[in-house]
Amino acid sequence: MTDALAVAGVALRESVRRRVFAVVVVLTAAFGALYWWGASQLFQDTSGFGANRFGIDATALAGATLLGLAMFGTLFLGVVLAVFLTLGAVRGDAESGLLQPLIVRPLGRRQYLAGRFAGAASVSAAYVAVVYAGAVLVTGLVGGWWPDQVLGAGVRLVAAVVVVAALSLLGSVFLSATANGIAVLMVFGAGLLAGLLGSIGDALSSHTLQRLADTAAWVLPFEALYRDALRVLVANVTGVTGAIVQLGPLGGSHDAGPLLAPWTIAYVLGVATLTSVAFARRDL
Amino acid sequence: MDAALAVTGLSKRYGATDALRGIDLEVAPGELVGLLGPNGAGKSTLVKIACGLVRPTSGEARICGAPAGSPAARGALGYLAELFRFPGWASADEILALHQRLARSGGGAAERAELLELVGLGGEAARRVETMSKGMQQRLGIAQALVGRPALLLLDEPTSALDPTGRRTVRSLLEELRRRGQAVLLNTHLLSEVEHVCDRVAIIDRGALVAAGRPGDLSGISGVEIETASGIRRFPGATRDDVPELVARLVGEGERIYDVRVVRPTLEDAYLAAVAP
Ligand SMILES: Nc1ncnc2c1ncn2[C@@H]1O[C@H](COP(=O)(O)OP(=O)(O)OP(=O)(O)O)[C@@H](O)[C@H]1O
Ligand SMILES: [Mg+2]
Repeated sequence: MTDALAVAGVALRESVRRRVFAVVVVLTAAFGALYWWGASQLFQDTSGFGANRFGIDATALAGATLLGLAMFGTLFLGVVLAVFLTLGAVRGDAESGLLQPLIVRPLGRRQYLAGRFAGAASVSAAYVAVVYAGAVLVTGLVGGWWPDQVLGAGVRLVAAVVVVAALSLLGSVFLSATANGIAVLMVFGAGLLAGLLGSIGDALSSHTLQRLADTAAWVLPFEALYRDALRVLVANVTGVTGAIVQLGPLGGSHDAGPLLAPWTIAYVLGVATLTSVAFARRDL
Repeated sequence: MDAALAVTGLSKRYGATDALRGIDLEVAPGELVGLLGPNGAGKSTLVKIACGLVRPTSGEARICGAPAGSPAARGALGYLAELFRFPGWASADEILALHQRLARSGGGAAERAELLELVGLGGEAARRVETMSKGMQQRLGIAQALVGRPALLLLDEPTSALDPTGRRTVRSLLEELRRRGQAVLLNTHLLSEVEHVCDRVAIIDRGALVAAGRPGDLSGISGVEIETASGIRRFPGATRDDVPELVARLVGEGERIYDVRVVRPTLEDAYLAAVAP
């Protein structure tokens, strides 16, 4: 256990020394400022609309759309962070010779993986939580619109990024760093694309597209988590406005049902087991 | 007492390549054994199996009685890989501190300073790895392997990047390790290194053990060469003690003597004979 912490500590110290966090903080602050500015512009424009004959609630529409967009951005940035913190954890580091001196110590391979996972997952989860909270605050303070289940959506977003960190660590056992980074980001993109197709399927009532999206969402649960996060975000927006915001700016909301939480936990544990079995068999 | 390293019937196949084919080798506690062999002979593979990085196809390796790769085995060894890197952002002191923690060494700052001093990096504790030359990094690698006073050191070409002074430093370091009773398996291409410090030598070629023994014994038969008017006369097996008698005999036979040489074959000769294609 303390060995895993030592490994996580090395990864975190590297990020600090290499100014990874400095870059992330600066760029995220820029992202936040842009978001603030965009939100205030949008809410200014919609404040004049008032109630209209279609029954569209302009504030809810603007708020939900903006926050949906922010969630997408947050998840994307969190995923990039998770991937970059894990992409070379096994093969990449073995090829460069960084891994061998550590792994011959008594700590063992499973502890090493646990340390790398803990480091990457906690950093990217904390990042996602902070950025998401910032986006909710900005939307609420600037536009006066607060989402339905703030915490529920945030937890799902955080879980999604943890899933990606686990997948990236698994990939690092088989692929060298660059290949793994590309692979995981492409898998992430494919999941989001399937989600988008799903929301088109919802709009057009295409069962094929819906089934495709649902399958993808379960195979890649970060997608199911993201769609479910969007759902709980706008659960209290009803009527025509509700119908519109549920389509979402980047992938629609979707009820994943009560099995989502247990499935996500089982999935991460399964991926972790697979990672540790594959690593145990690997010659370095 | 268990051998520091006991390798029995060890084989390793990489796809179609037989890196090791049934190697038996033992390193007694406190013994310094040199492992020689041409490029691709399987030296690094053997060491990697011993420290649990590579899984053998058959056979086994034990470190102080514990199967290679087990936590107990890993806890008893120090390893310097042939190709390794330390994170460039870290300082020498931080690297050693991390390995102290992982090796469960309670040596603290005193041990770190002592190890750096031992490998000739005293005063460089705060230096970052990325600002070190290759040889300095290799010295740090050796210091890392020594953390926690392991019972067995597996050093894979520890002097490949070192200058002549550095090689001398390592040589006296190896002697120091022997005094402390730490066993060493030393992979190297430097025959002189082995000849001077190793208790025993093992030579492997294409994955098989082709010669083993004390460096002096391995060097094989010596002899005496005497240059006479009728050409060079060779007396294999003869020693320095035989010289007066040989000369007297030749002179008695009416030969004129110009030069007498006592030939001591080097380890190099033995090595070249053992690994001849
Ligand atoms: N990961 C690997 N995959 C396939 N073949 C390998 C692998 N590692 C080593 N080999 C092969 O195993 C054989 C032994 O390699 P090894 O590295 O043990 O040699 P060595 O004696 O250390 O050589 P050198 O003196 O050059 O360091 C070689 O034929 C090599 O090509
Ligand atoms: Mg080698």
